[in-house]
Amino acid sequence: MILEIYSFSTLTSSIDEGLNSVMAPWLVTLTEFVIVGIVFLLFYALLGLFLVYLERKVCAVIQNRIGPNRVGKWGMFQTIADLIKLLMKELITIKNADKFLFNLAPFIVIITSFMAIAALPFAKGLQAIDLNIGIFYVMAVSSLGVVGILIAGWSSNSKYSLIGAMRSGAQIISYELSVGLSLLAIVIFSGSMQLSTIVESQADGWWIFKGHIPALFAFVLYLIAATAEINRGPFDLAEAESELTAGFHTEYSGIKFAFFFLAEYINMFIVAAIATTLFLGGWMPLHIGGWEGFNQIMDYIPSIVWFFGKTFVIIYIIMWFKWTFPRLRIDQLLNLEWKYLLPLNLMNIVLISFVVLIGLYFK
Amino acid sequence: MNSVVRYFTDIYKGVTSLWTGMKVTGKYFISPGEIVTEQYPENRATLKMEDRFKGEVIMPHDENNQHKCTGCGICEVNCPNGSIEIITKKVPNEQGKMVRAIDKHIYHLSMCTFCELCIKTCPFDAITWGQDFEHAVFDRTRLTRVLNRPGSSLKKKEVKS
Ligand code: SF4
Ligand code: SF4
Repeated sequence: MILEIYSFSTLTSSIDEGLNSVMAPWLVTLTEFVIVGIVFLLFYALLGLFLVYLERKVCAVIQNRIGPNRVGKWGMFQTIADLIKLLMKELITIKNADKFLFNLAPFIVIITSFMAIAALPFAKGLQAIDLNIGIFYVMAVSSLGVVGILIAGWSSNSKYSLIGAMRSGAQIISYELSVGLSLLAIVIFSGSMQLSTIVESQADGWWIFKGHIPALFAFVLYLIAATAEINRGPFDLAEAESELTAGFHTEYSGIKFAFFFLAEYINMFIVAAIATTLFLGGWMPLHIGGWEGFNQIMDYIPSIVWFFGKTFVIIYIIMWFKWTFPRLRIDQLLNLEWKYLLPLNLMNIVLISFVVLIGLYFK
Repeated sequence: MNSVVRYFTDIYKGVTSLWTGMKVTGKYFISPGEIVTEQYPENRATLKMEDRFKGEVIMPHDENNQHKCTGCGICEVNCPNGSIEIITKKVPNEQGKMVRAIDKHIYHLSMCTFCELCIKTCPFDAITWGQDFEHAVFDRTRLTRVLNRPGSSLKKKEVKS
């Protein structure tokens, strides 16, 4: 099985024991909360900066450009420079805006993405909280983000913001169904909603291979619906630049704008990480049932590398979508969901239940 | 039945056309063609602007310091935002008659919208687009230019023999 030297549980349990030996249990819990919080905060900021940089480079290569290349080698510090610029910008207060809600909205958006990231299994033994309804929880909190978007649109006292927010609401409510149903496919296969159990169930092959056609189908449907759920192109109607200037965050400036921007990229990571965990085996190395030698070689690659490798492949696919397809119209968007994705998903669920019932998949 | 078949052929067609698009961008991602990014300040020496690039309005002069502007003022009338001022003078021609000639063709680059109406309407093709685009200056008055060079004169039309 997985080599123990790559397991993070030795590290985490030694920290836990070390803390337990010097302070009271309640203090230990508190300190651990703080440590996890700080680690996630750092991870969040670094990941956000990196994803923005990655996106700009990927789109540049697709469009035969160079992309950022001035700040540092290959423009590596471009996003850091951008962040410093954003931090120094004035926070403009909007006349007749609902001040309290206006300031609250970016935090709602960013907190929901924080909450979702907490449940993700990053590597063996590296998961902040392993709920027994992991998928359910992640889906629930990630769809809370739309509340923040709606509040932002409503409180800005601007018609562009309001239209953008309304579009976003319609979009997320409808695509949520497809996301849920396509994730349900794997819940049926693995018989669990706990993310760690789902990852364990893929020790002898990822679900996308073990579940063959219906799983592949669910994977594609999930990718489409998830791209729509995180408001990314070609489904970025909520901030359609050409029609709505910037949609729901038109009126935001400085660091509050940066919060929305960051949350959007982190949501992309979360969506990709869920796809990785459910369909591509999470941190599980590529194992093929029966090939012991091959499996052992794969075990030498640390689980965290597997997880981030797979996640970034999915992130690349999502970016590839964005830089290929033109934006949909709102009626096309709703048509796509209600007339195509949802019926196909329902059919797929029936098919998968059938497949699982008569054991037609690789065990 | 018919509609069911159409439903699935629609999906099939949609997916194939999306895949065609993704193949194109995917190909570019793996093997980018010619990189179009200009490394601008570094490549100043070799930078070549497009022929139709609208940098500024200029009046070409030939080697005898002669231009084609008669001072008719049509460009001034046609400029939608008054970026051109024509000042004329009277000079004697060969027969000793006083005729109109351009004294100063004043062009306000700071107001110009690069609409090209002046160039399009000039009956003598006296003005055209220059390719220079580095117009940053520290003083706004330096954006007001006199297009005819000092001491220049009207180029005589070649008499057909
Ligand atoms: S290009 Fe247009 S705006 Fe500029 S000087 Fe000519 S007519 Fe005026
Ligand atoms: S530039 Fe052309 S249109 Fe303008 S005054 Fe001279 S000849 Fe007339």
